[in-house]
Amino acid sequence: MKPLPKRLEDFLSTLENLDRSERIEMLIEVADQFRPVPSRIAQRPYAAEHRVPGCESEAYVWSEASGEGALTFHFAVENPQGISAMALAEILRQSLSNAPLEEVAAVPADVVYRIFGNELSMGKSLGLMGMVNMIRSEARQHLQAAGSTP
Amino acid sequence: MTKSISERGYTRADVLVSTDWVEEHLKDPKIRIAESNEDPLLYSSNHIPGAVEIDWTRDLNDPVRRDYLGRSAFDKLMRRMGATRETTIVLYGDKNNWWATYAFWVLQLFGHTNAKIMDGGRLKWIKENRPVSREVPKYQASNYQAPERDDIRFRAFRDQTLKHLEQKLPMIDVRSPEEYRGERLHMPDYPNEGALRGGHIPGAVSIPWGRAVNQEDGTFKDAAELRKIYMEENKLRPEDDVIAYCRIGERSSHTWFVLRYLLGFHKVRNYDGSWTEWGNLVNVPVENPSAEARDEAAA
Repeated sequence: MKPLPKRLEDFLSTLENLDRSERIEMLIEVADQFRPVPSRIAQRPYAAEHRVPGCESEAYVWSEASGEGALTFHFAVENPQGISAMALAEILRQSLSNAPLEEVAAVPADVVYRIFGNELSMGKSLGLMGMVNMIRSEARQHLQAAGSTP
Repeated sequence: MTKSISERGYTRADVLVSTDWVEEHLKDPKIRIAESNEDPLLYSSNHIPGAVEIDWTRDLNDPVRRDYLGRSAFDKLMRRMGATRETTIVLYGDKNNWWATYAFWVLQLFGHTNAKIMDGGRLKWIKENRPVSREVPKYQASNYQAPERDDIRFRAFRDQTLKHLEQKLPMIDVRSPEEYRGERLHMPDYPNEGALRGGHIPGAVSIPWGRAVNQEDGTFKDAAELRKIYMEENKLRPEDDVIAYCRIGERSSHTWFVLRYLLGFHKVRNYDGSWTEWGNLVNVPVENPSAEARDEAAA
Protein backbone atom coordinates (compact mmCIF):
# COMPACT_ATOMS: atom_id res chain seq x y z
CA MET A 1 0.00 0.00 0.00
CA LYS A 2 1.38 3.37 -1.02
CA PRO A 3 1.80 6.07 1.61
CA LEU A 4 -0.45 9.09 1.46
CA PRO A 5 1.12 12.18 -0.06
CA LYS A 6 3.06 13.88 2.73
CA ARG A 7 1.10 17.15 2.82
CA LEU A 8 -2.16 15.22 3.05
CA GLU A 9 -0.83 12.97 5.82
CA ASP A 10 0.42 16.04 7.74
CA PHE A 11 -2.96 17.72 7.39
CA LEU A 12 -4.78 14.61 8.60
CA SER A 13 -2.44 14.27 11.58
CA THR A 14 -3.20 17.86 12.59
CA LEU A 15 -6.91 17.30 12.14
CA GLU A 16 -6.94 14.11 14.16
CA ASN A 17 -5.50 15.88 17.19
CA LEU A 18 -8.44 18.27 17.32
CA ASP A 19 -11.75 17.75 19.06
CA ARG A 20 -14.92 17.83 16.96
CA SER A 21 -15.66 21.53 17.27
CA GLU A 22 -12.03 22.51 16.62
CA ARG A 23 -11.99 20.25 13.59
CA ILE A 24 -15.17 21.81 12.22
CA GLU A 25 -13.70 25.26 12.82
CA MET A 26 -10.54 24.31 10.96
CA LEU A 27 -12.47 22.82 8.04
CA ILE A 28 -14.58 25.97 7.76
CA GLU A 29 -11.40 28.07 7.70
CA VAL A 30 -10.13 25.87 4.88
CA ALA A 31 -13.45 26.22 3.02
CA ASP A 32 -13.14 30.01 3.34
CA GLN A 33 -9.85 29.80 1.42
CA PHE A 34 -11.51 28.02 -1.50
CA ARG A 35 -11.26 29.81 -4.84
CA PRO A 36 -12.91 28.36 -7.94
CA VAL A 37 -11.02 27.22 -11.02
CA PRO A 38 -9.18 30.12 -12.74
CA SER A 39 -10.82 31.30 -15.93
CA ARG A 40 -7.73 30.43 -17.97
CA ILE A 41 -8.49 26.75 -17.16
CA ALA A 42 -12.27 26.70 -17.49
CA GLN A 43 -15.24 29.01 -17.79
CA ARG A 44 -18.94 28.54 -17.18
CA PRO A 45 -20.79 26.58 -18.32
CA TYR A 46 -18.31 23.94 -17.25
CA ALA A 47 -18.00 20.83 -19.38
CA ALA A 48 -19.96 17.85 -18.07
CA GLU A 49 -16.94 15.53 -18.23
CA HIS A 50 -15.36 17.52 -15.40
CA ARG A 51 -18.38 17.18 -13.13
CA VAL A 52 -18.06 14.86 -10.13
CA PRO A 53 -20.69 12.12 -10.46
CA GLY A 54 -23.15 11.97 -7.59
CA CYS A 55 -22.00 15.23 -5.98
CA GLU A 56 -25.01 17.32 -5.03
CA SER A 57 -22.77 20.32 -4.41
CA GLU A 58 -22.07 20.33 -8.16
CA ALA A 59 -18.32 19.96 -7.86
CA TYR A 60 -16.04 19.99 -10.91
CA VAL A 61 -12.41 18.89 -11.15
CA TRP A 62 -9.60 19.80 -13.58
CA SER A 63 -5.93 18.94 -13.69
CA GLU A 64 -3.14 20.95 -15.25
CA ALA A 65 0.34 19.69 -16.05
CA SER A 66 2.75 21.56 -13.84
CA GLY A 67 6.27 20.52 -14.53
CA GLU A 68 7.68 17.11 -15.10
CA GLY A 69 5.29 14.36 -14.08
CA ALA A 70 3.22 16.56 -11.81
CA LEU A 71 -0.31 17.93 -11.83
CA THR A 72 -1.99 20.92 -10.27
CA PHE A 73 -5.65 20.37 -9.44
CA HIS A 74 -8.46 22.91 -9.75
CA PHE A 75 -12.03 22.76 -8.56
CA ALA A 76 -15.38 24.49 -8.84
CA VAL A 77 -18.25 24.02 -6.41
CA GLU A 78 -21.41 25.51 -7.85
CA ASN A 79 -23.71 25.05 -4.86
CA PRO A 80 -23.01 28.01 -2.56
CA GLN A 81 -24.09 25.83 0.38
CA GLY A 82 -21.56 23.13 -0.49
CA ILE A 83 -19.24 24.03 2.39
CA SER A 84 -17.89 20.49 2.89
CA ALA A 85 -17.23 20.16 -0.84
CA MET A 86 -15.35 23.48 -0.80
CA ALA A 87 -13.30 22.38 2.22
CA LEU A 88 -12.42 19.09 0.57
CA ALA A 89 -11.60 20.79 -2.73
CA GLU A 90 -9.18 23.13 -0.98
CA ILE A 91 -7.59 20.29 1.02
CA LEU A 92 -7.09 18.23 -2.15
CA ARG A 93 -5.82 21.22 -4.12
CA GLN A 94 -3.27 22.16 -1.47
CA SER A 95 -2.13 18.67 -0.53
CA LEU A 96 -2.21 16.77 -3.83
CA SER A 97 -1.11 19.38 -6.37
CA ASN A 98 2.48 18.56 -7.39
CA ALA A 99 2.54 15.44 -5.20
CA PRO A 100 3.94 12.19 -6.69
CA LEU A 101 1.25 10.94 -9.06
CA GLU A 102 1.62 7.32 -7.96
CA GLU A 103 0.68 8.44 -4.46
CA VAL A 104 -2.18 10.63 -5.70
CA ALA A 105 -3.57 7.73 -7.73
CA ALA A 106 -3.54 5.56 -4.60
CA VAL A 107 -5.28 7.94 -2.16
CA PRO A 108 -8.22 5.93 -0.84
CA ALA A 109 -11.62 7.55 -1.38
CA ASP A 110 -12.60 6.85 2.22
CA VAL A 111 -10.03 9.41 3.33
CA VAL A 112 -13.13 11.64 3.52
CA TYR A 113 -14.04 9.89 6.79
CA ARG A 114 -10.65 10.82 8.26
CA ILE A 115 -11.40 14.41 7.32
CA PHE A 116 -15.07 14.76 8.17
CA GLY A 117 -15.62 11.91 10.64
CA ASN A 118 -17.63 8.71 10.42
CA GLU A 119 -20.98 10.44 10.76
CA LEU A 120 -21.25 11.45 7.12
CA SER A 121 -24.51 10.46 5.50
CA MET A 122 -24.44 8.21 2.47
CA GLY A 123 -25.42 11.02 0.12
CA LYS A 124 -22.73 13.34 1.42
CA SER A 125 -20.08 10.61 1.33
CA LEU A 126 -21.02 9.73 -2.22
CA GLY A 127 -20.27 13.23 -3.46
CA LEU A 128 -17.11 13.76 -1.41
CA MET A 129 -15.66 10.36 -2.28
CA GLY A 130 -16.51 11.10 -5.90
CA MET A 131 -14.23 14.15 -5.73
CA VAL A 132 -11.33 12.03 -4.48
CA ASN A 133 -12.03 9.41 -7.14
CA MET A 134 -11.94 12.05 -9.88
CA ILE A 135 -8.51 13.20 -8.70
CA ARG A 136 -7.27 9.60 -8.58
CA SER A 137 -8.57 9.05 -12.06
CA GLU A 138 -6.85 12.21 -13.38
CA ALA A 139 -3.56 11.03 -11.84
CA ARG A 140 -3.99 7.52 -13.26
CA GLN A 141 -4.72 8.78 -16.75
CA HIS A 142 -1.68 11.02 -16.64
CA LEU A 143 0.52 8.15 -15.49
CA GLN A 144 -0.81 5.88 -18.21
CA ALA A 145 -0.23 8.52 -20.84
CA ALA A 146 3.31 8.86 -19.56
CA GLY A 147 3.77 5.11 -19.83
CA SER A 148 3.94 4.14 -16.18
CA THR A 149 1.32 2.00 -14.46
CA PRO A 150 -0.06 3.28 -11.15
CA MET B 1 -44.66 33.11 -7.74
CA THR B 2 -45.16 30.85 -4.72
CA LYS B 3 -48.44 31.42 -2.89
CA SER B 4 -48.36 32.34 0.80
CA ILE B 5 -48.60 29.36 3.13
CA SER B 6 -52.18 30.14 4.17
CA GLU B 7 -53.30 30.27 0.51
CA ARG B 8 -51.97 26.85 -0.42
CA GLY B 9 -54.86 24.79 0.89
CA TYR B 10 -52.99 22.65 3.40
CA THR B 11 -54.89 20.74 6.07
CA ARG B 12 -52.48 21.99 8.73
CA ALA B 13 -50.98 25.23 7.46
CA ASP B 14 -49.98 26.06 11.05
CA VAL B 15 -47.02 23.63 10.95
CA LEU B 16 -45.27 25.69 8.29
CA VAL B 17 -43.83 29.16 8.78
CA SER B 18 -42.31 31.50 6.25
CA THR B 19 -38.83 33.03 6.33
CA ASP B 20 -40.55 36.41 6.97
CA TRP B 21 -42.29 34.97 10.03
CA VAL B 22 -39.04 33.54 11.39
CA GLU B 23 -37.21 36.84 10.96
CA GLU B 24 -39.99 38.58 12.85
CA HIS B 25 -39.67 36.07 15.72
CA LEU B 26 -35.88 35.96 16.12
CA LYS B 27 -36.08 37.35 19.63
CA ASP B 28 -39.32 35.70 20.68
CA PRO B 29 -38.56 33.75 23.89
CA LYS B 30 -41.43 31.34 23.20
CA ILE B 31 -39.73 30.25 19.99
CA ARG B 32 -36.57 28.16 19.65
CA ILE B 33 -35.12 27.92 16.16
CA ALA B 34 -33.15 24.76 15.36
CA GLU B 35 -31.11 23.90 12.29
CA SER B 36 -30.66 20.30 11.18
CA ASN B 37 -28.44 19.52 8.20
CA GLU B 38 -26.86 16.76 6.26
CA ASP B 39 -23.65 18.78 5.78
CA PRO B 40 -21.75 18.68 9.09
CA LEU B 41 -20.05 22.06 8.47
CA LEU B 42 -23.05 24.16 7.49
CA TYR B 43 -24.41 25.16 10.89
CA SER B 44 -20.97 26.21 12.15
CA SER B 45 -20.28 28.17 8.95
CA ASN B 46 -23.31 30.34 9.73
CA HIS B 47 -26.92 30.01 10.80
CA ILE B 48 -30.00 32.02 11.67
CA PRO B 49 -29.06 34.20 14.66
CA GLY B 50 -30.09 32.45 17.85
CA ALA B 51 -30.58 29.07 16.16
CA VAL B 52 -29.28 25.93 17.87
CA GLU B 53 -28.11 22.85 16.01
CA ILE B 54 -29.78 19.45 16.12
CA ASP B 55 -27.31 17.00 14.65
CA TRP B 56 -29.11 14.03 13.13
CA THR B 57 -26.49 11.45 14.11
CA ARG B 58 -25.25 12.67 17.48
CA ASP B 59 -28.46 14.18 18.84
CA LEU B 60 -31.25 12.02 17.45
CA ASN B 61 -29.81 8.52 17.37
CA ASP B 62 -28.94 6.07 20.09
CA PRO B 63 -25.15 5.73 20.00
CA VAL B 64 -25.20 1.94 20.48
CA ARG B 65 -28.42 0.40 19.18
CA ARG B 66 -30.00 1.24 15.86
CA ASP B 67 -32.77 3.30 17.37
CA TYR B 68 -33.69 6.85 18.20
CA LEU B 69 -32.77 8.49 21.42
CA GLY B 70 -34.66 7.51 24.53
CA ARG B 71 -36.65 9.72 26.85
CA SER B 72 -33.78 10.84 29.08
CA ALA B 73 -31.56 11.73 26.10
CA PHE B 74 -34.45 13.66 24.56
CA ASP B 75 -34.94 15.53 27.83
CA LYS B 76 -31.25 16.36 27.81
CA LEU B 77 -31.39 17.64 24.23
CA MET B 78 -34.39 19.85 24.89
CA ARG B 79 -32.96 21.10 28.18
CA ARG B 80 -29.73 22.05 26.41
CA MET B 81 -31.82 24.05 23.94
CA GLY B 82 -33.57 25.76 26.85
CA ALA B 83 -36.90 24.48 25.56
CA THR B 84 -39.93 23.64 27.65
CA ARG B 85 -42.97 21.61 26.61
CA GLU B 86 -44.59 24.94 25.67
CA THR B 87 -41.71 26.20 23.50
CA THR B 88 -42.41 26.25 19.78
CA ILE B 89 -39.53 24.58 17.97
CA VAL B 90 -39.02 25.93 14.45
CA LEU B 91 -36.89 23.59 12.37
CA TYR B 92 -35.04 24.30 9.16
CA GLY B 93 -32.08 22.88 7.30
CA ASP B 94 -30.34 21.97 4.08
CA LYS B 95 -31.57 19.64 1.35
CA ASN B 96 -35.05 21.22 1.21
CA ASN B 97 -35.66 20.53 4.89
CA TRP B 98 -35.08 16.80 4.52
CA TRP B 99 -33.26 16.64 7.87
CA ALA B 100 -35.52 19.22 9.47
CA THR B 101 -38.57 17.05 8.85
CA TYR B 102 -36.62 14.09 10.24
CA ALA B 103 -36.04 16.03 13.47
CA PHE B 104 -39.70 17.11 13.40
CA TRP B 105 -40.74 13.46 13.17
CA VAL B 106 -38.56 12.54 16.17
CA LEU B 107 -40.13 15.43 18.13
CA GLN B 108 -43.52 13.91 17.42
CA LEU B 109 -42.42 10.54 18.81
CA PHE B 110 -42.08 12.41 22.11
CA GLY B 111 -45.34 14.30 21.63
CA HIS B 112 -43.74 17.71 21.18
CA THR B 113 -46.51 19.05 18.99
CA ASN B 114 -45.36 22.68 19.25
CA ALA B 115 -43.14 22.30 16.25
CA LYS B 116 -42.97 23.94 12.84
CA ILE B 117 -40.92 23.77 9.68
CA MET B 118 -39.54 26.90 8.02
CA ASP B 119 -40.75 26.66 4.43
CA GLY B 120 -37.88 26.69 1.94
CA GLY B 121 -35.29 25.81 4.56
CA ARG B 122 -31.80 27.13 4.86
CA LEU B 123 -31.21 27.85 1.19
CA LYS B 124 -34.23 30.15 0.92
CA TRP B 125 -33.08 32.09 3.99
CA ILE B 126 -29.59 32.53 2.53
CA LYS B 127 -30.83 33.43 -0.95
CA GLU B 128 -33.02 36.15 0.56
CA ASN B 129 -29.93 37.65 2.22
CA ARG B 130 -31.42 37.41 5.66
CA PRO B 131 -29.20 37.77 8.73
CA VAL B 132 -26.84 34.97 9.71
CA SER B 133 -24.40 34.49 12.55
CA ARG B 134 -21.52 32.22 13.50
CA GLU B 135 -22.20 32.67 17.19
CA VAL B 136 -23.43 29.53 18.90
CA PRO B 137 -26.10 30.68 21.34
CA LYS B 138 -26.28 29.45 24.90
CA TYR B 139 -29.64 29.19 26.56
CA GLN B 140 -30.37 28.66 30.21
CA ALA B 141 -31.09 24.98 30.64
CA SER B 142 -34.74 24.11 31.09
CA ASN B 143 -36.31 21.34 33.09
CA TYR B 144 -37.90 19.64 30.09
CA GLN B 145 -39.71 16.42 30.91
CA ALA B 146 -40.89 14.35 27.99
CA PRO B 147 -43.35 11.48 28.10
CA GLU B 148 -42.10 8.06 27.06
CA ARG B 149 -41.45 7.79 23.33
CA ASP B 150 -44.55 6.65 21.44
CA ASP B 151 -43.55 4.36 18.58
CA ILE B 152 -47.10 3.35 17.75
CA ARG B 153 -48.61 6.31 15.91
CA PHE B 154 -45.94 7.43 13.51
CA ARG B 155 -43.40 4.65 13.31
CA ALA B 156 -43.57 1.26 11.59
CA PHE B 157 -41.27 -1.66 12.35
CA ARG B 158 -40.24 -4.60 10.19
CA ASP B 159 -43.01 -6.98 11.28
CA GLN B 160 -45.68 -4.34 10.89
CA THR B 161 -44.38 -3.56 7.42
CA LEU B 162 -44.46 -7.23 6.50
CA LYS B 163 -48.07 -7.46 7.72
CA HIS B 164 -48.86 -4.30 5.77
CA LEU B 165 -47.47 -5.94 2.65
CA GLU B 166 -49.49 -9.14 3.24
CA GLN B 167 -52.65 -7.07 3.65
CA LYS B 168 -51.84 -5.20 0.44
CA LEU B 169 -52.08 -1.83 2.15
CA PRO B 170 -50.49 1.22 0.53
CA MET B 171 -46.76 1.80 0.80
CA ILE B 172 -44.60 4.50 -0.69
CA ASP B 173 -40.96 4.12 -1.62
CA VAL B 174 -39.60 7.67 -1.63
CA ARG B 175 -36.08 6.86 -2.86
CA SER B 176 -34.84 7.65 -6.35
CA PRO B 177 -36.37 5.69 -9.24
CA GLU B 178 -32.96 3.98 -9.74
CA GLU B 179 -32.99 2.68 -6.17
CA TYR B 180 -36.64 1.63 -6.49
CA ARG B 181 -35.91 -0.32 -9.65
CA GLY B 182 -32.94 -2.02 -8.02
CA GLU B 183 -30.46 -0.47 -10.42
CA ARG B 184 -28.58 1.34 -7.72
CA LEU B 185 -28.07 -0.66 -4.56
CA HIS B 186 -25.74 1.47 -2.52
CA MET B 187 -22.41 3.07 -3.02
CA PRO B 188 -19.34 0.88 -3.04
CA ASP B 189 -17.21 1.05 0.10
CA TYR B 190 -19.88 2.79 2.09
CA PRO B 191 -20.23 0.72 5.21
CA ASN B 192 -23.22 2.12 7.03
CA GLU B 193 -26.13 2.35 4.65
CA GLY B 194 -25.67 -0.57 2.34
CA ALA B 195 -28.05 -3.41 1.57
CA LEU B 196 -27.39 -6.88 0.22
CA ARG B 197 -30.36 -6.85 -2.11
CA GLY B 198 -31.74 -4.14 -4.38
CA GLY B 199 -35.29 -3.34 -5.42
CA HIS B 200 -38.33 -2.41 -3.37
CA ILE B 201 -41.01 -3.84 -1.11
CA PRO B 202 -43.63 -5.48 -3.35
CA GLY B 203 -46.67 -3.29 -3.79
CA ALA B 204 -44.89 -0.07 -2.85
CA VAL B 205 -45.37 2.79 -5.29
CA SER B 206 -42.44 4.99 -6.24
CA ILE B 207 -42.91 8.65 -5.32
CA PRO B 208 -39.50 10.28 -4.81
CA TRP B 209 -39.66 12.61 -1.80
CA GLY B 210 -38.39 15.65 -3.72
CA ARG B 211 -41.51 15.76 -5.88
CA ALA B 212 -43.26 17.52 -3.00
CA VAL B 213 -40.92 20.50 -3.27
CA ASN B 214 -40.71 23.43 -5.68
CA GLN B 215 -37.21 23.11 -7.05
CA GLU B 216 -36.72 26.84 -7.61
CA ASP B 217 -37.05 27.92 -3.98
CA GLY B 218 -37.31 24.73 -1.91
CA THR B 219 -40.82 25.54 -0.65
CA PHE B 220 -43.52 22.88 -0.46
CA LYS B 221 -45.86 22.59 -3.42
CA ASP B 222 -49.42 23.70 -2.78
CA ALA B 223 -52.09 21.21 -1.74
CA ALA B 224 -53.61 20.93 -5.22
CA GLU B 225 -50.24 20.00 -6.73
CA LEU B 226 -49.54 17.54 -3.90
CA ARG B 227 -52.97 15.93 -4.28
CA LYS B 228 -52.25 15.47 -7.96
CA ILE B 229 -49.04 13.57 -7.18
CA TYR B 230 -50.18 11.43 -4.27
CA MET B 231 -53.91 11.06 -4.81
CA GLU B 232 -54.56 11.35 -8.54
CA GLU B 233 -51.42 9.77 -9.96
CA ASN B 234 -50.92 7.20 -7.22
CA LYS B 235 -54.47 6.64 -5.99
CA LEU B 236 -53.73 7.21 -2.30
CA ARG B 237 -56.59 8.43 -0.12
CA PRO B 238 -56.46 10.42 3.13
CA GLU B 239 -58.28 7.63 4.96
CA ASP B 240 -55.65 5.06 3.90
CA ASP B 241 -53.22 3.40 6.29
CA VAL B 242 -49.92 4.34 4.62
CA ILE B 243 -46.31 3.36 5.30
CA ALA B 244 -43.46 5.37 3.76
CA TYR B 245 -39.85 4.23 3.61
CA CYS B 246 -36.53 5.14 2.03
CA ARG B 247 -33.01 3.98 2.94
CA ILE B 248 -32.68 4.89 6.61
CA GLY B 249 -35.95 6.73 7.29
CA GLU B 250 -34.84 10.31 6.71
CA ARG B 251 -36.30 11.04 3.27
CA SER B 252 -39.50 9.21 4.19
CA SER B 253 -40.00 11.49 7.18
CA HIS B 254 -40.28 14.31 4.64
CA THR B 255 -43.05 12.44 2.81
CA TRP B 256 -44.63 11.54 6.17
CA PHE B 257 -44.77 15.26 6.97
CA VAL B 258 -46.35 16.09 3.60
CA LEU B 259 -49.03 13.41 3.83
CA ARG B 260 -49.91 13.88 7.47
CA TYR B 261 -49.83 17.65 7.83
CA LEU B 262 -50.14 19.17 4.39
CA LEU B 263 -52.67 16.70 2.96
CA GLY B 264 -54.30 15.53 6.20
CA PHE B 265 -53.82 11.77 5.82
CA HIS B 266 -55.14 10.09 8.95
CA LYS B 267 -52.67 7.27 9.41
CA VAL B 268 -49.17 7.58 8.02
CA ARG B 269 -46.16 5.82 9.48
CA ASN B 270 -42.49 6.03 8.68
CA TYR B 271 -40.71 2.68 8.38
CA ASP B 272 -37.31 3.95 9.52
CA GLY B 273 -35.66 0.53 9.21
CA SER B 274 -36.29 1.17 5.53
CA TRP B 275 -34.21 -0.41 2.78
CA THR B 276 -31.09 -0.85 4.91
CA GLU B 277 -33.15 -3.27 7.00
CA TRP B 278 -35.47 -4.76 4.37
CA GLY B 279 -32.72 -5.20 1.77
CA ASN B 280 -30.69 -7.20 4.31
CA LEU B 281 -33.51 -9.35 5.74
CA VAL B 282 -33.54 -13.07 5.01
CA ASN B 283 -36.59 -14.47 3.23
CA VAL B 284 -38.74 -11.38 2.81
CA PRO B 285 -40.41 -10.58 -0.51
CA VAL B 286 -38.51 -8.21 -2.79
CA GLU B 287 -39.42 -6.87 -6.17
CA ASN B 288 -36.44 -6.06 -8.35
CA PRO B 289 -37.44 -5.15 -11.90
CA SER B 290 -33.83 -4.76 -13.05
CA ALA B 291 -32.72 -8.19 -11.79
CA GLU B 292 -35.92 -9.84 -13.03
CA ALA B 293 -35.43 -8.31 -16.46
CA ARG B 294 -31.82 -9.49 -16.48
CA ASP B 295 -32.84 -13.03 -15.50
CA GLU B 296 -35.48 -13.14 -18.22
CA ALA B 297 -32.99 -11.97 -20.80
CA ALA B 298 -30.53 -14.64 -19.69
CA ALA B 299 -33.14 -17.44 -19.73
